[in-house]
Amino acid sequence: MERNPLRRQLQLMRKSLFDQGYLDEQFVQLEELQDDTNPNFVEEVVTLYYRDSARLVLNIEQALERKPYNFHKLDAYMHQFKGSSSSIGAKKVKAESTLFREYCKSGNGEGCMRCFQQLKKEYATLRKKLEAYFQVARQAGPMETACRPK
Amino acid sequence: MEAAAAADVLPSGSSQELHVLAVDDSYVDRKVIEKLLKISSCKVTAVESGARALQFLGLDGEKGSLGFDGLKVNLIMTDYSMPGMTGYELLKKIKRSSAFREIPVVIMSSENILTRIDSCLEEGAEEFLVKPVKLSDVRRLMKDCVMRGETEGNNAGRRVDKRKFEDDNHTSSLSSSSSLTPSPPSTTAPFGGDVATSELVSSSPPHSSKRAKLHDGD
Repeated sequence: MERNPLRRQLQLMRKSLFDQGYLDEQFVQLEELQDDTNPNFVEEVVTLYYRDSARLVLNIEQALERKPYNFHKLDAYMHQFKGSSSSIGAKKVKAESTLFREYCKSGNGEGCMRCFQQLKKEYATLRKKLEAYFQVARQAGPMETACRPK
Repeated sequence: MEAAAAADVLPSGSSQELHVLAVDDSYVDRKVIEKLLKISSCKVTAVESGARALQFLGLDGEKGSLGFDGLKVNLIMTDYSMPGMTGYELLKKIKRSSAFREIPVVIMSSENILTRIDSCLEEGAEEFLVKPVKLSDVRRLMKDCVMRGETEGNNAGRRVDKRKFEDDNHTSSLSSSSSLTPSPPSTTAPFGGDVATSELVSSSPPHSSKRAKLHDGD
């Protein structure tokens, strides 16, 4: 059990993110890539993800304002968005992306719209949680995680 | 712990790191693959498109064949779905060029589609990796790439990994005596027993699955 209170808090936050299904195995993969030469790698990737995917979210939003829906285009955007989300281990966001694509394939505009609203919620929630997590991580200092050796 | 870094397993006498050209239109994925490769002791050049990749290789007719900084490329890892030129199209261009056809090309895709995998392997892709790519995938790739150089003419290196099979193509025609992990039958050729034993690698990690390359190309 972690003695340092900040690290303990960090561990609990991390566990909660996984237990509640916000993150999946891919996030662990990213953590394994973090080392002394790049101690904030995970945070950097996540930051990059939110910056980069904002554009896609906007594109989808705009595409959903144009009727009739261009499902092919919507699906293409979501394919990209899903890919990035998958790369950072964003489990719930990825699930919503998959659902959205299903709706696109079946031409269900109403489904797409509803799903997208939910997706945005999950996307925003994850962001807040990860921001809080990284803030504590920075305060706690480098963790002695059971990572791959150098 | 077995790190299997590229630098460790290179044949004796060689002190060079493998130089990998990574192609992906996703900024996030480029950052991750770059890190995966650097941690595996590779030099990495990450570009955002097939066109850029060809430019780097000098296949766009501009420069010589060694790329801008004169570094030989030992492996190309490319995303499949990219706007403009897909990874498949890039693969074909590379395999049809006399200068670069020997460079192993690995395709990465978030979509596990059998026909897609088939086409890529038929065009000469070394492997087809399902995204997101893991560190263990890269490590294995490093071992294979080097082994491939050492054991010419050995088909053992050619396979598909991380195949999570969808419904219908699963297990149907594999003989029960086979001890290898199941793989889908080819859609165009019968899945013969001898092919299964001669071409599939037996020492595979349990989660990955192998597929014999039934279409003879090289």
